[in-house]
Amino acid sequence: MAAKAAAAPVAELAGPLAVLKEKFGDAVKPGDYEGAVISTDRLVEVATTLRDEMGYDYLSSVTGVDYIAQNEMEVVYHAYNTRAGGGPLVFKARTPRDQAVVPSLTPVWPGADFQEREAWDLMGIKFDGHYNLKRILMWEGFEGHPLRKDWKEAYYEQDAKPFDSRWPGGHHRRAEDRVPYADNVNYPANFDPAIYTAQADAAVYEQMKTVEIGEHGELASRGNGDGDGNGQYHEHLETGELVVNLGPQHPSTHGVFRMVVALDGEKILHLEPVVGYLHRNHEKIGERNTYIQNMPFTDRLDYLSSMSNNLGYALAVEKLMKVTPPERAEYIRVIMAELTRICNHMWAIGFLLNDLGAFFTPALYAIEERELILDLFEAAAGSRMMCNYMRFGGVARDLPDGWLEKCRDLVFNRLSKKIDELDWFLTENEIIRARCEGAGILTAEDAIKYSIAGPVLRASGVAYDVRRAEPYSIYDRFDFDVAVRNHGDVYDRYLIRLDEMRQAVRILQQALQQIPEKGEIQAGKKQYQARVPAGQSYGRVEGPKGELGFYVVSDGSPNPYRYHIRAPSFINLTALGPMCVGNKIADVVIILGSIDIVLGETDR
Amino acid sequence: MYGSGIVKGMITTIKHFGQSYLEDLRYTFKGGRYNDQYIAVRQGPKARGIFTVQYPEEKLPVPENFRYIPFLVFDTQKNEDKCTSCGICAKVCPPQCIWIVRTNDPKTGRPVPQPAEFYIDATICMSCSLCAEFCPFDAIKMDHDYELSSYERYNTLVFDKAHLTRPDTYHAAIHPTDWARELQEKEEAAKKEAEKAAAAAAKKAAAKPAEAAKPAEPAKPAA
Repeated sequence: MAAKAAAAPVAELAGPLAVLKEKFGDAVKPGDYEGAVISTDRLVEVATTLRDEMGYDYLSSVTGVDYIAQNEMEVVYHAYNTRAGGGPLVFKARTPRDQAVVPSLTPVWPGADFQEREAWDLMGIKFDGHYNLKRILMWEGFEGHPLRKDWKEAYYEQDAKPFDSRWPGGHHRRAEDRVPYADNVNYPANFDPAIYTAQADAAVYEQMKTVEIGEHGELASRGNGDGDGNGQYHEHLETGELVVNLGPQHPSTHGVFRMVVALDGEKILHLEPVVGYLHRNHEKIGERNTYIQNMPFTDRLDYLSSMSNNLGYALAVEKLMKVTPPERAEYIRVIMAELTRICNHMWAIGFLLNDLGAFFTPALYAIEERELILDLFEAAAGSRMMCNYMRFGGVARDLPDGWLEKCRDLVFNRLSKKIDELDWFLTENEIIRARCEGAGILTAEDAIKYSIAGPVLRASGVAYDVRRAEPYSIYDRFDFDVAVRNHGDVYDRYLIRLDEMRQAVRILQQALQQIPEKGEIQAGKKQYQARVPAGQSYGRVEGPKGELGFYVVSDGSPNPYRYHIRAPSFINLTALGPMCVGNKIADVVIILGSIDIVLGETDR
Repeated sequence: MYGSGIVKGMITTIKHFGQSYLEDLRYTFKGGRYNDQYIAVRQGPKARGIFTVQYPEEKLPVPENFRYIPFLVFDTQKNEDKCTSCGICAKVCPPQCIWIVRTNDPKTGRPVPQPAEFYIDATICMSCSLCAEFCPFDAIKMDHDYELSSYERYNTLVFDKAHLTRPDTYHAAIHPTDWARELQEKEEAAKKEAEKAAAAAAKKAAAKPAEAAKPAEPAKPAA
């Protein structure tokens, strides 16, 4: 990274970072562009201070950046204050590349669990003290760490797009012909797929046995030592206890997702999610792409709410480019994002009912509205789900004639009625209440601890919404309430989605009244290769599933140096195990359904 | 009352069931419900009753902005490809599914603004429309034809130039608004050119009798 070596501007240590500097002295140094670099030996101490004394109780994002030129790995943390709101506190830790070790922050924020495993898996950074540092997206036994800058994929052609072979002498050639089947995977030495037995699977099953049982026979922890450590550990499963494998091919998992469950009779002792079946190394693809080329790829993350993904990525890059979209474009963005929220929650509620066993009748009633919204997306963006609609500093194209009238008709005359109808025939249904009330409880403390975001967090009584905490785009202009429910069970997670849809309709009604009828939709000239100055930025939006963050590092070249996604579906799964413990096996399906995950985003 | 929640659910289902027949009856005397005219009603905010569409017997109309695998526009007036093989589409393409061979003049070896070969690998194309969006010559546009299934998944889905090229009349038919914008831009460009030419001619004409008498400043072309 030549630009960085040249002399990246050093961040100023202001506000809370200055307090840290005062407290920890030399252990806190200013980082490049933003944030502070904490020396690794005092990282846990600093993190504890941040959490306990300074109110940064929520660790949102953990990721690594491979600075190959400096032979260094940098781990970047984004922490928030859920009570006071405001922007992220960025702190980093540096470690040599060939022996990358950083202390784990799971004892301070258990929500770092999956993200640290991901950073180990993809970047090869060891987290000292992590209770279960296994690969999470790749399979155990995979050779190398795919997000390192010197790792090359099977169909590697060139470090960065556009590829030279496409123009001016572009004779079509299929990648599979260039790299024939079986040559396209790098196996470790002495590895033969024909005789491979899955050690990893055995390890997962083995882990099931190390469940900590508390004094009163309740579950103290999930085998990771986050209980008080005084309980007993099962050495062997007893009669009446068994390990059950759910998935990966199972209709209730909403995709290709696997849960390994230890049961005592029907009661869940321990649950371990296994993900990565849909992994495609989205972030590596993103680092090969140019900035604009990533836009359609973000559609494929959470494919039910592509407009929100577009918006998050556009915001992150706009921060670096320092452009602001024109007025009309901002309104269009908000309208699209809120329509997406309704779409997504309709889908979530519909399929929660499917999971409850009301096979497809309520689901189809719910997704009628989604269908009408998707028609609007298709008319504006050209595609129902893969919208690819936002651009840096605006949107791809203006709304077609008559679009706003159609949208107003839908929002003012139909959506509220339909949400009320859904409410009327579902909320008081005895079966729904019997199944959902009290199932999968997550307390407010746990929700914050496990870095849970979105409706799941708010259903646990934490009124934290990015649109309110750190308003992006033009959300500060609208009058809306942050929906909160207090029980933290499946029923509340269902109710909060109804509440959020009502709030979304409220925002839409305001936006549709205020939107300028004519106007620019793009700031500056649209370029096919965006010029992005060197820097680091973190753009986040309140997506329908929770806080969706894009961490982008630019070195001034046409391709992002680092492109990371804080995926709410993925991180929300951290709490799946703790939520399920003590419930019945039949409730696993609805607890998972109430988190509302999309595997395209979970596995990336 | 216990059980009322379940009854409400049943009422909703019966309502939907009944509505589908009522709607059928309502439209019986207006030419039936299953035609293009009423698809708009059935799929609009006033939709009631049956919501589904019996594909492939009936198809939803696609909006103008709908995008599927791109095609190349052939200028029927000038009788040539609009594409100049500048390569912007190949450079902006996210999955890199566009391959272009530029034509070189056989004598001088210099590039000619014509593609010799043009491939789109439809098995990779993600229909994102970035190529059409950034083409400076309006030479590549997104198609509306989404039925591409074939019995062979390799060679039949790599489209060459002959397969990709469509006349601009086709483009005009499926993208009326976009086509109108193109025509307007063309007209404006022509107007500008004419004004420029007129201004140049006026300048020339003015330069000659300038010795005799200083003429008034020639009208400046509207910028």
